[in-house]
Amino acid sequence: MARPLTVLVVDDEPPIRRFLRTSLTAAGYRVSEAEDGAAATRLLPAEKPDLVILDLGLPGKSGLELISEIRANSTVPIVVLSARHDERSKVEALDLGADDYVSKPFGMDELMARLRAALRHAFQAQGELPVFVSGDLAVDLVRRHVTRSGHEVKLSPKEFDLLRHLVMHAGKVLTHRQLLREVWGPAQAEEVQYLRVFIRGLRQKLEPDPTRPVHILTELGVGYRLQLPPEQRA
Amino acid sequence: MAERDGRPSPEALLAAAKQEGRGKLKIFLGAAPGVGKTYEMLLAAQAKRRDGADVVVGVVETHGRRETEALLEGLEVIPRREVDYKGHLLAEMDLDAILKRHPELVLVDELAHTNAPGSRHPKRYVDVEELIAAGIDVFTTLNIQHVESLNDVVARITRIRVRETVPDSILDQADDIEVVDLSPEDLIKRLREGKVYVPQQAERAVRHYFSQGNLTALRELALRRTAQRVDEQLLSHMRAHAISGPWPAGERVLVCVSEAPSTGGLIRYARRVADHLRAPWTAVYVETTRTHRLSVAERDRIADFLRLAERLGASTITIPGRNIADEVAAYAAANNITQIVIGKSSRSRWFEMVHGSVVHELVRKTGSISVHVISADDSDAVPPKSIQTRPDFEPIRIQPYLGSAGSIAVALGVGLLLKHFIAVQSISLVFLMAVLASAIAWGLWPSLIAAIASMLAYNFFFLPPLYTFTVADPENVLALFFFLIVAVIVSNLTARTRSQVLTARSRAKTTAELYAFSRKVAGIGALDDLLWATAYQISSMLKVRAVLLMPAKDAEGLEVASGYPPEDRLDQTDMAAARWTWEHNRAAGRGADTLPGGKRLFLPLRTGSGPVGVLGIDRDTPGPLLTPDDRRLLDALCDQAAVAIERISLAKGLDEARLLAETERLRGALLTSISHDLRTPLASILGAVSSLRRFPEKYGPAEREDLLATLQDEAERLNRFVCNLLDMTRLESGAIELKLELIDVAEIVGSALQRAGNVLAGHHVEVDIAPDLPMLRLDAVLFEQVLFNLLDNAAKYSPPASRIDIRATRDGGLVEIEVADEGSGIPAADREHVFDKFYRVQAQDRRRAGTGLGLAICRGFVESLGGWIVARNRRDRSGAVLTIRMPAEPEIAGARQPALAHG
Repeated sequence: MARPLTVLVVDDEPPIRRFLRTSLTAAGYRVSEAEDGAAATRLLPAEKPDLVILDLGLPGKSGLELISEIRANSTVPIVVLSARHDERSKVEALDLGADDYVSKPFGMDELMARLRAALRHAFQAQGELPVFVSGDLAVDLVRRHVTRSGHEVKLSPKEFDLLRHLVMHAGKVLTHRQLLREVWGPAQAEEVQYLRVFIRGLRQKLEPDPTRPVHILTELGVGYRLQLPPEQRA
Repeated sequence: MAERDGRPSPEALLAAAKQEGRGKLKIFLGAAPGVGKTYEMLLAAQAKRRDGADVVVGVVETHGRRETEALLEGLEVIPRREVDYKGHLLAEMDLDAILKRHPELVLVDELAHTNAPGSRHPKRYVDVEELIAAGIDVFTTLNIQHVESLNDVVARITRIRVRETVPDSILDQADDIEVVDLSPEDLIKRLREGKVYVPQQAERAVRHYFSQGNLTALRELALRRTAQRVDEQLLSHMRAHAISGPWPAGERVLVCVSEAPSTGGLIRYARRVADHLRAPWTAVYVETTRTHRLSVAERDRIADFLRLAERLGASTITIPGRNIADEVAAYAAANNITQIVIGKSSRSRWFEMVHGSVVHELVRKTGSISVHVISADDSDAVPPKSIQTRPDFEPIRIQPYLGSAGSIAVALGVGLLLKHFIAVQSISLVFLMAVLASAIAWGLWPSLIAAIASMLAYNFFFLPPLYTFTVADPENVLALFFFLIVAVIVSNLTARTRSQVLTARSRAKTTAELYAFSRKVAGIGALDDLLWATAYQISSMLKVRAVLLMPAKDAEGLEVASGYPPEDRLDQTDMAAARWTWEHNRAAGRGADTLPGGKRLFLPLRTGSGPVGVLGIDRDTPGPLLTPDDRRLLDALCDQAAVAIERISLAKGLDEARLLAETERLRGALLTSISHDLRTPLASILGAVSSLRRFPEKYGPAEREDLLATLQDEAERLNRFVCNLLDMTRLESGAIELKLELIDVAEIVGSALQRAGNVLAGHHVEVDIAPDLPMLRLDAVLFEQVLFNLLDNAAKYSPPASRIDIRATRDGGLVEIEVADEGSGIPAADREHVFDKFYRVQAQDRRRAGTGLGLAICRGFVESLGGWIVARNRRDRSGAVLTIRMPAEPEIAGARQPALAHG
């Protein structure tokens, strides 16, 4: 990229803002900070960030509110910082439009991976869909063709739909609801066990060791994520 | 009783402890009236008042002496209570007013005074006891002749017996005794000057009382008694502080109680001997067949004497037996008695020749034990009963006499029948049999009547001349005479045997009932059942109505806990009496010393540690409620019940204490744990970071990387600890909200493995998930944490590069997930304990890091999800296996593809 990407960090804890600034700057981003929702609202039109890192546990205007506000007139990628056991907030944030989440405490590896994934999709929203290659897996979404080590893998239509959706958001987490809605339609948004069964089936077919998956990862209590190939992770 | 190894004796310490919280009693003791006790008391009180103490006057008799009255100046006087007694207005000390006023010190003159009827206590010294118990100090005055154990000695000296006595225990308990001493000459001078108050008595007696010899003797008595008391104080001080001294050798005194009135003096003598030797003493009564032939008054007297002995500090015992001397000697030998006190026989020589003298026999049989044979004053000094008892008597029945008449008639008939076959003399034997039968069946008097009747019948019907009461043959007269003697003797002996059998039977019955009660009580675990059983037993054994009161659970005072017949409320007087009994650990109510106007008699149920409850009994028939036998039986029942009640409350207390101890232990463990296990990684982190900052140039890139890797590891470990603690807290506070959904076992295992990547880095993990496992309805996050904890544990407790296996299989309607390691396993005894909070297996001397909560959390989570988890050791090699069993969802078990999907 020519110009450095701008990241808006919204977090009320100074130490976190500090280390994020340092790390993101070292990674080549430009950082702008806001300590609460009000400040963020002010800064957004001015800074026009390429990505927002948002702490869900903000005082005052809650993080979720802010997400709704941002999504009202922007598709800027949002990665939320959440508390460890708070699956419900994570899911809600994702459903409201956040792109991904990182649980506190987190390591920079994880954060960087999420940022990269979120940014990648922002830039690839338009444009053609390439073949997804990771390890011995290759998925061609246009020709609806999946291979493992060159051998074709037969998938049922629903299985393929599921995989396609995962591929389109590769690297990002997708909630159960999002997947169900996409593949089965809004009416089946609550039937998580269908999803599980299908994921299981996909894993059986695609994973070298279905019990220890390396492609389709479980995000417990939230959803699933298709892991980016190693070279594309941060 | 004293410990020779220099430790303070427990009794002394206990006594010292009991003194706390009580008021102090100071007695001004005088040899005779007029020595100036009241004066001294007031002097001392004024001195105290000047020192700033709060002193009030309870009751002080100045008898119009001006010097004494002057000393009252400035002291607050509590007005006396006026009691109307048979038209006279008596002024008594107002105990309640004093208790309410609650001064530091109160002056109470004349300790031996008897209160007017209607007062709470019959005697003033009991009032003083109550004041002391309430924490108020008391100064009081007392003449030496009022002391119970010296009462008869004084009477012998002065020839005036004083009836108002004060038990020796009061003197023994007093904190201070001051002898107010005046030489006899001075006292006589004062008498002549009219400065001495004497009640209206015969001049001559007074003059004799105040003679030189008398006063000297009294003075010596007072001084000696006080000296003895000082000695005792010294001893108890020495004992309490374990100062070794010349302890008395193990003397023990035994006094034999009989129904003779002189026994009272005997007991007091024994008390003096025991005091002098500083020995424990026992009063024994031997119950023989003679006991049953004693009158009711005599039996009451025996009971009274035993109680007197108890009051004076003896232990008492009643032994049944045939021969008094034998029993006493046996008891003495068995209990290491060194001195026996027995009364001189007042029987005539003739009687002694026939019946033997107990004293002589005893002297002969007791070998090396000293026997004191005392001739005590015969005058009546029966102490007042603390509870009036009812005499037991049987009404005269006509039936036995008819029976014995009938048996004679039968004998007559038989005799007439046999007249032709056997000699006349032999027929007398038939009548003898009838007499025997009467004695066996009906006792002494009917059989005596039978003896006489058979003699007459024999004479009338069988001896020539027939059908007259005259006898022709002198041989026959002799025969008849001897027949009568034999008949009478037979009656006597048989009747005696019969009464023995009856006594034995009734005693056996009582004992059996007591035994049954004690067995029943021993088995009862609940307080309510125990109280009900006790009330019922007392009620049925003694034919009274019984009610049991216990301290109220959330309020002050007592409440009715059980009763037979069932009762739940008491009127005010009864409640007051019950409360008094509870507070003072003594009987109160109907027939007792205190508050005698109530409907019921209340007795404390007490054990060594104090009262545990109160028993109330009553009966519809008027008069005293219990015979002396009943009283003894009741005491036995009450003791058993008290012990059982205490046992139950102790058990409950033990449980509560255990729970408290466990809670404390956990709290302690938590603090220790947090302290240690969280500080350790923090120490590493802080250490590493500060080192990097301080010596940046000292670290090459490789070393820096190493240090930073450590930092990250430690931080992650810290993270895991904190997570465990948070999880535990959530479990404990019940704050877990389960989000149940159907999950796939393989999936969740995979997720756990992924998260545990770092932890499992040094190990080789094998995963074996059965292919067609049903789905489980779980909270995914919780269950994953369980698996994570198990993996973490397995990694922690097994050597690096060892293998960790995860298996999931199906077992009927359950899914079984196992995590096995190759570590050293779990000690057999600890298999269940591994799931305890803060438990950690001690691996030699290296303590593994970890708060010990991991498995406890596993169990908590698994159980809240409806499953269970167990630990055991591997059978094929060393290592532990943790197994989780979860119920499977039946419907999904078969279906792999939901109906709606099509593909």
